[in-house]
Formats: sequence, C-alpha cells, structure tokens
Amino acid sequence: MTRFASTWLGIAVTTVTLAFGATQSRAEDKELVFGLQCDRTGPTATVGTVLCPGYHDYIALVNSKGGVDGYKIRVLEVDNEYKVPPAMEAHERFKKEGAILEGLYGTPQTAALNKKLEEDKIIGTSPGFGTASAADGKRYPYTFPIAASYWSQAGAAVAFVKDKLADLNGKKIAYLYYDNPAGREPLPILEDLAKSEGFELRTFVVPAPGLEMGAQVLDITSRFRPDFIITHLFGRSPSVSIKELKGKGYPLSKVVALVWGSAEADILAAGGMGVAEGYNTIQFAGVGKDFSVIKDIEALYKAQGKPAPKEMDSTVYYNRGVLTAALHVEAVHNAIKAKGGAAPTGEDVKNGMESVTGFTLGGLVPPIKLTPADHEGGGWVEVWTVKAGKLVKTKDWFQGYRPVVEKRLADDSKS
Amino acid sequence: MFHRESGVFKTTYAADMALYPLPIARWSVAALAVIFVVLVPLLVHEYYLSILNLIFIAIVGALGLNILVGYTGQISIGHAAFMSVGAYTAANLAVRLGLPFWITLPAGGLMAALIGVVVGTPSLRIKGLYLAIATLAGQLIIEWTINHVPAISGGAQASIEIDRPSLFGVSFTTHRQLYFFLLFFAVLAIVATLNLVRSRLGRAFIAVRDQDIAAEIIGINIHHYKLLAFAISSFYAGVCGVLYTYYFGIANYEQFQLVVSIDYLAMIIIGGLGSVLGSIFGAIFVTLLPIAIRIFMEDVGALFLSEAEMANIVSGLRLGVFGALIIFFLIVEPEGLNRLWRNIRTYFRVWPFSY
Repeated sequence: MTRFASTWLGIAVTTVTLAFGATQSRAEDKELVFGLQCDRTGPTATVGTVLCPGYHDYIALVNSKGGVDGYKIRVLEVDNEYKVPPAMEAHERFKKEGAILEGLYGTPQTAALNKKLEEDKIIGTSPGFGTASAADGKRYPYTFPIAASYWSQAGAAVAFVKDKLADLNGKKIAYLYYDNPAGREPLPILEDLAKSEGFELRTFVVPAPGLEMGAQVLDITSRFRPDFIITHLFGRSPSVSIKELKGKGYPLSKVVALVWGSAEADILAAGGMGVAEGYNTIQFAGVGKDFSVIKDIEALYKAQGKPAPKEMDSTVYYNRGVLTAALHVEAVHNAIKAKGGAAPTGEDVKNGMESVTGFTLGGLVPPIKLTPADHEGGGWVEVWTVKAGKLVKTKDWFQGYRPVVEKRLADDSKS
Repeated sequence: MFHRESGVFKTTYAADMALYPLPIARWSVAALAVIFVVLVPLLVHEYYLSILNLIFIAIVGALGLNILVGYTGQISIGHAAFMSVGAYTAANLAVRLGLPFWITLPAGGLMAALIGVVVGTPSLRIKGLYLAIATLAGQLIIEWTINHVPAISGGAQASIEIDRPSLFGVSFTTHRQLYFFLLFFAVLAIVATLNLVRSRLGRAFIAVRDQDIAAEIIGINIHHYKLLAFAISSFYAGVCGVLYTYYFGIANYEQFQLVVSIDYLAMIIIGGLGSVLGSIFGAIFVTLLPIAIRIFMEDVGALFLSEAEMANIVSGLRLGVFGALIIFFLIVEPEGLNRLWRNIRTYFRVWPFSY
C-alpha cells in the first residue's frame, strides 16, 4: 500500500463514519425514549457495568409486559467515562432523540447538567450522585436525586450507631472519609449531631486514590479508640478499609459504611464475606434477590432461553439500577395517567415524578414521597450487615435525624 | 486563475506580511467563514452544534498547549490545572463581584498565566521528562489547593455556579447562541496563534525548541522566552477553563483532573506538534471520534443486537477502536494529522502530473 493509498483509506473511513452519524433516525409511534448515562470504562466502571444492566433489564421487563400504559420504552445509553464534556454531548443526544427523562451518572456531570436540564425541561435523576442541596426542588427543579443524599446517609448512620450504643453522650465516633467534595459533604451533619447528641467526633481523611490508609486506621484503632466508625469511601478504598481495620483487630460490627462502600464487590475484594463478618452497610435500594421483580427478570431471561446475567449476583448495584428504572417508569406512568393517555412531555414527567408516592416494588424501593419541594423523597435508607457469608437486613427503611437534615437544607437554600 | 502560485509578486510590505499571501487561501478562508458563521448555525441541528461547541473549547486549550509543547519544546502535564485556575478565577469574579464575561474571561486567563509562570519556573533548569514531573507536581498542587481552600472553591462542594454569559442584555443560553460565543473565541485564538508563531516571539520560541544553546548564542534570552511560553500557554488554558465554566454554568474541580491534561497532550500529538492546524485537527479528532465511533457502532449493532446487549459491548469496543485508530494514524503519519493533510495537498497540487 502506498502512502497515498493509505492516506485515502484513512479519509474514507472517517467520511463513512461521519455519514453514518448523520443518517441515523428511528421513529415509531407509541414509543417513549429514556436517556441513560453510564460509566462503563471510566474510574467508576465497577459500578456502571453492574448498575446499567439492571436498568436495561427492568425496562426490558416492562416492555415485555406491553410497556408502560401501552407505550414501549426505548433506552438510549451513552457511556460518559465519568468525564464532563461527553456528559453534555450525551444530554444533547438524548434531547435530539426526544428523550423525556434521563438518568445521570456522576457528581461533576450532574453539577454540569443542572442548568441545561432546567433550560431544556428534561428531568435528570442522580441517585447517589450530586450534592445534598439538589434535594431542594425549588432550587434545582429538574434534578431529582430520588435517593438518600450524603446528608441523609450521615444522619442515618448516626441514628444506627445510636441504636447500637443506646446512648451517644460521651461516646467517640470516628469518621473516615475520602478526600473529595463528596467525602466532605456529610461533615456539617455529623458536626451538628456531635453537638446535639454529645458525642466526640474526630475525622480522618484518606487522600486519593485511597489505596493507602494504614496510618489513618492505626491512628483510629490505637490512639482514638472510637466506639464506632463511620466510613465514606469510593472505588477500591472501601475494600482497603475493611482489610486494614480487620488487620488491626477492630471489630467490623462497629463499622458502618455509606452507600459507595457497601457493595458485595467491596467486601469480596477485601477477602470475602467471611473476613467482613459484622460489617454494616447503608443502602438506598433493597439488597439481594428476594424480590418479585428480580424473580420476574430471571423468568424473563429463562423464557428467552438465556441464563441470568452474572451482574445480577452483584445485587447492591444491580438493584440500584432497577430502582432508578422503576422510578423512571413510575414517573412516566403518573404523567401518562395525568394526561389521560397522551404521550407525556418533559414537564409532564417532572410532575409525574413529583407525585411518586407509596411505590415500593416489594421493598426494593423505599417508601419515598417525592414532592415539588423534596426531590430526595425523604432520605430513606436500610442497613444491611454481613452475617454468615451474606448481607442480611438489620434495619428496615428509616430516616435518620430528618429535622437536622431539613434544617441544613433550608439554611443552604438561603445562602 | 485565482489559485495561481507562481507569478505572485509582492510590491508592498503589507502584502509581504499578509497572513494568506495566495488568493486561493484567502478565498478558502472566506468560504470557511461563510460556512461557519452563516450556514452551520442556520442549517445544523442543535445536537451537532453542541459537539462543535465542545470542539471550539478544545481548540483553544489545544492551541495553548501546542505553543508550549510544539513550538517552544517544553512539556507540561499541568494544562488542566491551569484551566481550573482560569475557571475558578472567573467564577469567583462573576459570582462575588458580578462582573461580566468580558472582564472575567481575560482575568481568568491572566491569573492562569501568572500561576503558569510559577509552575514553569523549573523549566529554567530542567527539561524533558524532569520538567514533565515538575509540571505534574504543579497539577497536583493546584488540584489540592482548589479542593481544600473554600475561599477559592466556594465551599465544601468545590463548585461555583455562574450565570450564562450575556452581552448588551442578550444572554447566551441555547447551544445555538453559545455557538457564536464560543466560535468567536476559537477564531480569536486561532488568528492570534497564527500571528504569534510567525512573529519575533514565535521565531524565538522555535529557536529555543530546536537548540537552546544556539538560541542563546544568537542573543535570545531563553529564560525570558521559556517563561513567556508558559505564560502564554497558560493564558490560553485559563481562557479555555473560563469557556468551559460558562458553557456548563459551573466551575467544578473534578472537570479539570490529570486525565484532562493527558487528553490535551493526546490532541496535539495526534494533530501534529508545532502547528496551528494540527491543534485544530487534534481537538476535532479527540472530541469527535469517540462520538462518531459510538454512533457508527450503534447503527451497525442495531441490526443484530438489542439496545441493552449493545450497551454492554459498545463502550468497551469503542475505547479499543479509538486507541487502534490513534495508532493507525500515527503509523501512517508520525508527524500527525497536519502532516497528513499537507501530504494530500501536495499530492493534489501537481495532480495528475505528479512526475
């Protein structure tokens, strides 16, 4: 191949690629488009590769039953690699294809899209991402966290510790957190509670990438000697924290992890369920396969003659994907009902989402109540504990120190 | 014939110094201007405009890095940090003092230039990989500072929301409006760089790059020019960061992490070091190709697979194809897309009489 022939080949490839990009369009009536952003190849790929299949499977289940009120759902997924510019591109793509809502992925991505979502009147959901203040529906009308924010999780963690220790007055609690905005976010709530409940709070920071925390853990276990530890870590670092605490002989039954340190994968990476006996985790979606909706998905795969995907075994993240999809479908169902069967617009879906209440999907979804003011739905969580090789529910859906969180939210919206 | 190359005689200094001495070049620039100022915003769907907007911002950043790496021969992997300096400077000025974009934008650039000179100071003593590590340290220090100083970052979230830019009461909100806003700055950056690199300054940069001892002997103060290169490059980066901030409506430090510096280095290496057009090609390539590959694969994949099955495959495969294409283009032409383009031009200039 001569130099010029290869040059031309390069140009041809590029042109064909672009030409395909311009000619794609599919239209069907009675179809609704959902956008879904995901991270399957970036730094949080361990979450995305499990969460997003959960989303798709639930939508497939809904479609197999005839769709939502007769409308089939088409999901467009874009992998944003946890980068911000591709997230903007993904949003525009969804808009072009007529998406009526979208699932966001990632904290900086959610922050960057807040404004655009409001301008384009398309709602975005960010369960487990974004800032606690996004729960304020007046301030961010088109952003829906739909799951407990870090503030609510921190409140719940302290409430759980109080359950365990009976009284917090004079007790010592260590907060081990990742050094990023999300890691620092629970601090105001913890400080408020330390004052009102009278416990001593000391914070221990783990710098990125969070794989080395021997010094912090030693400091906690041999100098501070707390009665309980709350951890808030991401990525690989939760498993490191389990290993380190176990190695220093600290009982894991006195550790509670917020939602991104609470998956099966984190525990398995630390050496397996046997090692982490007693480890407590905060969850915003139900864990395990003991839900009728999960059984229905398994049955759907069976009916197609396929084995259930291995992602289903990682139930913490998988179920979060199902929760997101289920709330999307419920919001659209509400919107269609309100319009008497007509296809809903983005604004209708917003109203639909704001009227979601009493939708629990057999316990997989908390008893949330979304309102125009509260896009978090009350900040419900469950606590699941590692017992005899698996995660077992130890505390049913509850809200921890809701008034404290609400006060912070009110203060924040004023500033 | 308007594309005649021979027999073009320059009779004035002005003609000699023209950016485009050949009529054909002037005509094609005029045609490009008509296309991008009139036709594209009128005819193209907003989705494609949003991609163009991302490309425009990337062009500003890539040009800045190319001045430093391609023209002056220094290396920096702290480019994203300079962007964040610009972004937070502009965001703080816009929110706390309520200043409009035509003040915050140059201010962000100048602040980044200032920090750039500080981070670039080691370049006076070290070069090559050593300098790369020194600038990496700059990146990490700036990231850490923004993350931990609430006075800069605006609180624990380390993000500051700002309003859309507006001029004479007209706010640039939609992608179509932002297109003009960003096009203006991209063009400004391109024209400024084109002129910069053929000025006394640009020639000094090139002399420093090619052989710094020789440059010193012919009377170029290399310390002065190295720091100047860092300042100018960081100014572009700062402006790029400000543009990102206005485009997204938020300054967020997680947008400007190390991986972004690497992305920009990839842009100029793929596009071609030491060329303005190369920076543009690189910015287009790195921004557009992942999108194009995905759309292509989705269209082909939709023939055999369901949406969910495809999602499992596409994102991983896309990275593979993207990497393979980078290798392919660099093997075909190690000097980047700019050289490829020049080869094509040279080929057609004499076509069909190539011998």
